[in-house]
Amino acid sequence: MTQLALVIDLNVCVGCSACVTSCKEWNTSGPAGAMSDDNPYGKDPTGTFFNRVQTYEVGSFPMTETVHFPKSCLHCEDAPCVPVCPTGASYKRPEDGIVLVDYDKCIGCKYCSWACPYGAREFDEHEKVMKKCTLCVDRIYDESLPESERKPACVLACPTNARLFGDVHEPESEVSVAIREEGGYPLMPEWGTKPANHYLPRRKTRMHIHEDELVRADNPLKKEERGPSAPVAEPTLDDSTSW
Amino acid sequence: MHPAFSVIFLTTLIGVGQGLFLALFTGQSYSAVELLPSQDSTHFYGIGGFLALLFLIGGLIASVFHLGHPERAWRAATQWRTSWLSREVIALPLLMALVFVYAMMHYFAWDTVLFTSGTGARLQASLVVGTLGVIATFALFLCTGMIYACIKFLQEWASSLTVINYLLLGTASGFFFATAFSAWAAPELMRFYGIWTAIITLAALVTRLASLIRNNRIKHKSSIQSAIGVRHTKIVQKSQGAMGGSYNTREYLHGAPIWMFRSIKWVFLVLVFPVPLALLWLGLAQGSGALLLAGFIVQYIGLLFERWFFFAQANHPQNIYYGAV
Repeated sequence: MTQLALVIDLNVCVGCSACVTSCKEWNTSGPAGAMSDDNPYGKDPTGTFFNRVQTYEVGSFPMTETVHFPKSCLHCEDAPCVPVCPTGASYKRPEDGIVLVDYDKCIGCKYCSWACPYGAREFDEHEKVMKKCTLCVDRIYDESLPESERKPACVLACPTNARLFGDVHEPESEVSVAIREEGGYPLMPEWGTKPANHYLPRRKTRMHIHEDELVRADNPLKKEERGPSAPVAEPTLDDSTSW
Repeated sequence: MHPAFSVIFLTTLIGVGQGLFLALFTGQSYSAVELLPSQDSTHFYGIGGFLALLFLIGGLIASVFHLGHPERAWRAATQWRTSWLSREVIALPLLMALVFVYAMMHYFAWDTVLFTSGTGARLQASLVVGTLGVIATFALFLCTGMIYACIKFLQEWASSLTVINYLLLGTASGFFFATAFSAWAAPELMRFYGIWTAIITLAALVTRLASLIRNNRIKHKSSIQSAIGVRHTKIVQKSQGAMGGSYNTREYLHGAPIWMFRSIKWVFLVLVFPVPLALLWLGLAQGSGALLLAGFIVQYIGLLFERWFFFAQANHPQNIYYGAV
C-alpha cells in the first residue's frame, strides 16, 4: 500500500517561508478555487493557508537555538478527522493515503477540525468549507509536467532541500531511508494517529580533534624533508633538543 | 475551544424539548397505571407535545447557523456508521417526527386504548408512540454527548460524565418547564413534576461538580516537546506563522479574559442549581406558575452559561502550537 508523505528536515530548514508562498500560489490558482484572504495588505492580514512556518526558541540565552517548524497536514495513517465527518466529505484515499476534503460535499460544520490534534485544517471564511493540504494531488500525477516537477509545490520551492516527498511505505524510498537513518519522528505520537509526515531532528556535526593532532612531537612541516637519522637506540633530536 | 452560540442554543434548546417530552410521557405512564390522575389529552399532552416540538425546532434552527453550507445539510445523515454527529442528525428529526405524532394523537384525540389489564391499567396507542419517542430521546442525548466525548484528545470532554451531564441537565430543564406548564394546564401534577425536577437537578449538580473536579485535575498528555519533537524544558514560540491570527487562533481559543472565564463557572453554578431550586420550592409552596416559570427561565439562562463554560474549558492540543497568542 502506498502512503505518500513529506519528511521535513528541521536541521536545514531556515524558516524562509518559500514553501508557504509557493503552496499558497499553487493551491489558490487551482481548480478547487481560491484560498481566500482578508486584509492581505492591511493591518491584520489573515487568510487560509495549508502550510505555515512557525519559529521556536529552544533554551535560555546564550545557550539558545532557533528552530523553524513548518506545519501542515500530516496525512495520518489513522486520521481522526475522517470518521467524524458527517457527510463523508473528509476522506483518506486508499490508493495513496492522501487525506482530502471534497469541497462540494463539505457542509462547513468544522467538526473535523476539532478532531485534528494538530490544528492542520483551516476553515475558509469566504467559501465556508474546510480546507487542508492536498499534498498537491493536482500536481503530483500531472503527466503534462516533467517528471522532476511532479512533486508538491512546497518541496520544489524549498531552497535548502529541507522537504522530501515520497512513499513512506516503500522501504527504500528517499523518505523511508531518511526517516530510518536520520532519526525521523512523528508529532504527538501519544494520540496514536500515526502521522505519515515525519520530521528529522536537529543534528550536530561535531569534529573530535585529539591534542596530539594539534601539538605534534615531529613538526609536520618538516615531514617531507629527509630528517636527521640517528641510530634507533639513541634518543632522537626531539628528545634531546628544544628547537 | 471557542464557544459558538449556535451550538450553545442548539444543545440547550433540544435539551429542554427532550426533557419536556420525557416529563409528559412520565406523567402519562403514571396515569395509565392510575398512580396519577389522568389529564386532558388536548390541553395537557397535546399542547405540551407541541411545546416540546417547538423547543426541538428552535434547536434545529440554531444549528443551521453553525453550518457554512446549510443547503447541503441532508448529506450529514450519510455517515452514521462512523460519525456521532451524523447519528445526531438522524436522531433529531426522528424524535421530532415522533413528538409530532404523539402531540397530534393527543390534540385531536386520535388515541385509542389498545389493551386494558384486569387491574384497570390502560395501554393507549399514544403510549406506544411515546415509548418509541423515549428511545429516540435517549438516543439523541447519547449522540449529543458522544459528539464531544468521542474526541479523545479533548481530554476535558473525553469522559462518560459529558454524556451524563447532557442527559441530566437537559432533562432537569425540561421537567422544570413541565412543572411550570402544569401549574396552568394540570395543577394536580405540579407537585409530581416539581419533585422530579428537584431530584434531577440535584443529580445533575452532583455529576456536573464531578466533571468540574475531574477537569481541574486533568494532566494533559501533549506538551510542546511532543508537539514539535524537541526535548528541552524551555521552548518559547517566537512566531506562529500568521500576522493577523488564523482559523487556529479563532476557533480553538475562547478569547475571554481569565477573570471572566473563572466567574462564568460560578455564574452557571448559581443560576442552574440553587436559584432555580429556591424558586421551585417557593413556586410549589405558593402554587405560583409565574414563580415556576421564572425558575425555568433562570435555569435556562444558567444553562447557556454552563454550555459556554463547557466549550471554553476544553483545551485543544493544537493550542500548544499557538502559545505565543
